[in-house]
Amino acid sequence: MVQLQSHEVIVVGGGGAGLRAAIAAHEAGADTAIVTKLHPVRSHTGAAEGGINAALRDGDSWELHAKDTMKGSDFLADAPAIEVLAKDAPENVIELEHYGMPFSREEEGTVSQRPFGGLSFPRTTYAGAETGHHMLHTMYEQVVKRGIQVYDEFFVSRLAVTDEPDPTDRTCHGVVAIDVRRGDLWGFEATRGVILATGPAGQVYDHTTNAVTCTGDGQAMAYRAGVPLEDMEFVQFHPTTLPSTGVLISEGVRGEGGILYNAEGERFMFERGYATTDGELASRDVVSRAELTEINEGRGFEDEYVYLDMRHLGRERILDRLENILHLAEDFEGVDGLTEPMPVKPGQHYIMGGIETNEHGQTCIDGLYAAGECACVSVHGANRLGGNALPELIVFGRRAGLHAAGVDLGDPQIVTGRRGAVEDWDGTFETEIGAVDPEPAYTDSGVGTDVVEAAIDAEQTRIDELLDREGGVRHPEVRRTLQRAMTDHVNVFRELSGLQIALKEIRSAREAYQHVYVEDSGKTFNTDLIQAIETQNLLDVAETIVMGAIARTEFRGAHWRAGHQARDDDEWLKHTFVSWDDGAPSLWFKPVLLEGEKTYEPTIRSY
Amino acid sequence: MSTHDTQPDAAASSETDTDRDTVVLEVFRYQPDDEDAEPYYETFEVPFEEGMTVLDALLHARDYGDGTLTFRHSCRQGICGSDAMFVNGRQRLCCTTQVSDLKQPIQIDPLPHQDVIKDLVVDMDHFYDQMHAVDPFFDPDDPPSNELEEQLQSPENREKIKMATRCIWCGACTSSCNIAAGDNEYLGPAPLTKAYRFINDEREGDERRKQRLEQMTDDHAVWRCQTQFSCTEVCPKDIPNTEHIQELKRLAAKYDLSLF
Ligand SMILES: Cc1cc2nc3c(=O)[nH]c(=O)nc-3n(C[C@H](O)[C@H](O)[C@H](O)COP(=O)(O)OP(=O)(O)OC[C@H]3O[C@@H](n4cnc5c(N)ncnc54)[C@H](O)[C@@H]3O)c2cc1C
Ligand code: SF4
Ligand code: FES
Repeated sequence: MVQLQSHEVIVVGGGGAGLRAAIAAHEAGADTAIVTKLHPVRSHTGAAEGGINAALRDGDSWELHAKDTMKGSDFLADAPAIEVLAKDAPENVIELEHYGMPFSREEEGTVSQRPFGGLSFPRTTYAGAETGHHMLHTMYEQVVKRGIQVYDEFFVSRLAVTDEPDPTDRTCHGVVAIDVRRGDLWGFEATRGVILATGPAGQVYDHTTNAVTCTGDGQAMAYRAGVPLEDMEFVQFHPTTLPSTGVLISEGVRGEGGILYNAEGERFMFERGYATTDGELASRDVVSRAELTEINEGRGFEDEYVYLDMRHLGRERILDRLENILHLAEDFEGVDGLTEPMPVKPGQHYIMGGIETNEHGQTCIDGLYAAGECACVSVHGANRLGGNALPELIVFGRRAGLHAAGVDLGDPQIVTGRRGAVEDWDGTFETEIGAVDPEPAYTDSGVGTDVVEAAIDAEQTRIDELLDREGGVRHPEVRRTLQRAMTDHVNVFRELSGLQIALKEIRSAREAYQHVYVEDSGKTFNTDLIQAIETQNLLDVAETIVMGAIARTEFRGAHWRAGHQARDDDEWLKHTFVSWDDGAPSLWFKPVLLEGEKTYEPTIRSY
Repeated sequence: MSTHDTQPDAAASSETDTDRDTVVLEVFRYQPDDEDAEPYYETFEVPFEEGMTVLDALLHARDYGDGTLTFRHSCRQGICGSDAMFVNGRQRLCCTTQVSDLKQPIQIDPLPHQDVIKDLVVDMDHFYDQMHAVDPFFDPDDPPSNELEEQLQSPENREKIKMATRCIWCGACTSSCNIAAGDNEYLGPAPLTKAYRFINDEREGDERRKQRLEQMTDDHAVWRCQTQFSCTEVCPKDIPNTEHIQELKRLAAKYDLSLF
């Protein structure tokens, strides 16, 4: 049975970005609903530990926050976006306090802040080592307070977008979702706008701090609808994840004074010259590479990890500020952080790239917005600083919500889509990319509900095909092949030959996917079907990561390329874009914007 | 009862639960879309790995065995609250429970006292309704007027509510509670802990506090609790639910006597 609903603003996702967007749209007077595959409190924002950056105190300023962020990005972030982030963060973080968020407190009762990697001022505002949990629950509480409608356990699988040849002429009219519990297809018309806030895509890797549900659905749906994905080659590997599971040990441990050492007992960040000023608190890409170099050169433990030690901080301080870390080390590694060092190694953590948006969260498709980790506005460029994702969620979630509800935010400075100073990539890939079997266009540009209904039909066809296939490959196998290829070849250190292999393996995984079948043919809570669709999304997203990594022949931020061991500002002060082009993807560039209110001259990035 | 052998090398597996290379799971199954669906138990054997959690074992059973096996899970690290189940007779989060800590075969059932939707997935709606029933949101008498003005809170006050703010809405406590099982309207441990969190937050103010305490004197609130401690024992976040409820009883009594 097909159901049709209409709201002014549809927010896809109930994590930090989605909840903030919904509150903003609702407060601006729009009839707003959240459609989310997980109940909001299950979102992965809840896993964030360390904190949220905002210039709140004397001696700090938005200018310093902006400058640190630009340097951290290795000069690949857009100045207008960074300035919005740094300027809005203080008010938006204090707003969380007004919502009742239980931040850690100083003696005088104000919210606590701590040092984090790459920051010139201790501006990471925190709530124990579970900042994300408190932020997520606090915002969900505010959604309950306002009575905003939440369709939870509704899996959005397609956008209802018109099909003009040029994506910048298209309009988004809503989304199609599977009611997971009952199995029905729903059409959600959005008369003002759809905001994608679907979060991370870390499941393209097998050792990741991301949840099993972080499958890049929003990125993949926007991409297939014609929105370019920006800077996808920039993937952050966090230096301190537990070797067995990929569970994160917060940077807060190093922020509070935790140290790293190798099997020779050396504090290698200093002693081996990786970051002689900031040591363990250098930027994440720097620390991850240092660890892997130590391990590869035989100075790791069991050839796999190094040690992170916080014992010297003392019991009281650890219990006060990092208690959650003790539980994680105990539960997943059987280690007592009070009396033993913790084994750590780099793990996939965050994708800097995403759905291209401007400062208002708008994509190049009219009525389609994105915010949070699935978006790229871009504030993180080639490397995200710790504590800068959570403010991004609320700053740009809020702005997207306001704009979608019709609030005038002024003229954006960032131009989206294939417009302006576009430069095409002149290289080629050794492997075929894109759709194996291009989908036919599925809509005429018509009025809202027609477009939604056409999208429902197209989705029904896809689902029937998946369900009707008998025998073939199971999707966990396809997913594993993909995750292994990405982990083996598109990791911290990248070589052209490995990247080409990854692209080939993605191709064969795509071909295998043509024969994927769903074992569960039931309607009720069919997670087998949902995961099959998620796997398709992972394939699309992973391919764009590899394409970008092949094209970018320089070493910038998180992107290290063998044979191209320097940042090349003459050639590469530009963003990478991959657009789907109805199944035959292309790669192109637009210049980075280093001028906002201030001008940011690229300098050597050393810590 | 049917058996699913998910080991790549079937010959290597054995039936005994003393075999340390194999994990034997007895899993509750219910597939509502099948005609004449009846619940049953199914046995899965999965290869043991160092550090394996119950969730890892279930994932292996599903991904290498039977794709129709259905359960909620997401974060794998005890923070999303999706995978509370009844494991060897006790409510636990599957992702933070080590297989090596359990007797085999490991019996996995959906959370008791909740309707089963399919296999290990239960209907959480009633739990959410009860959570929502306590006005689970910060609602101060005098909100700050200036956008950058912080409401002050002492570290001691923050400490007092700290444990109560850790709740991940997993539902383990309510599922373990005999009173909640018998009285559908009883708010239950997690909602009462939520109320505790706001009643004790010094930032909210007296008016709101009175309204909240008023609700605590309701027939289906704190007085229902018979201090059996099951909710405290099963809570994966070590939240002292029973203690919280006891303190609320004292506050509610004072309130009833109009000492406020
Ligand atoms: C372990 C960990 C620790 C971190 N610590 C920090 C930190 O200390 N500081 C910091 O700044 N950043 C941190 N980060 C990064 C930051 O937490 C994330 O970038 C951020 O929380 C992502 O939020 P989001 O709202 O974009 O996505 P999420 O919170 O993942 O929410 C996504 C939402 O979209 C929904 N959704 C997804 N797909 C669909 C679909 N197809 N249909 C319907 N709904 C869908 C999901 O249900 C979910 O509600 C951390 C990240 C991790 C993994
Ligand atoms: S109080 Fe504990 S057991 Fe109950 S829902 Fe919260 S975290 Fe789960
Ligand atoms: S999977 Fe999130 S709590 Fe277990």
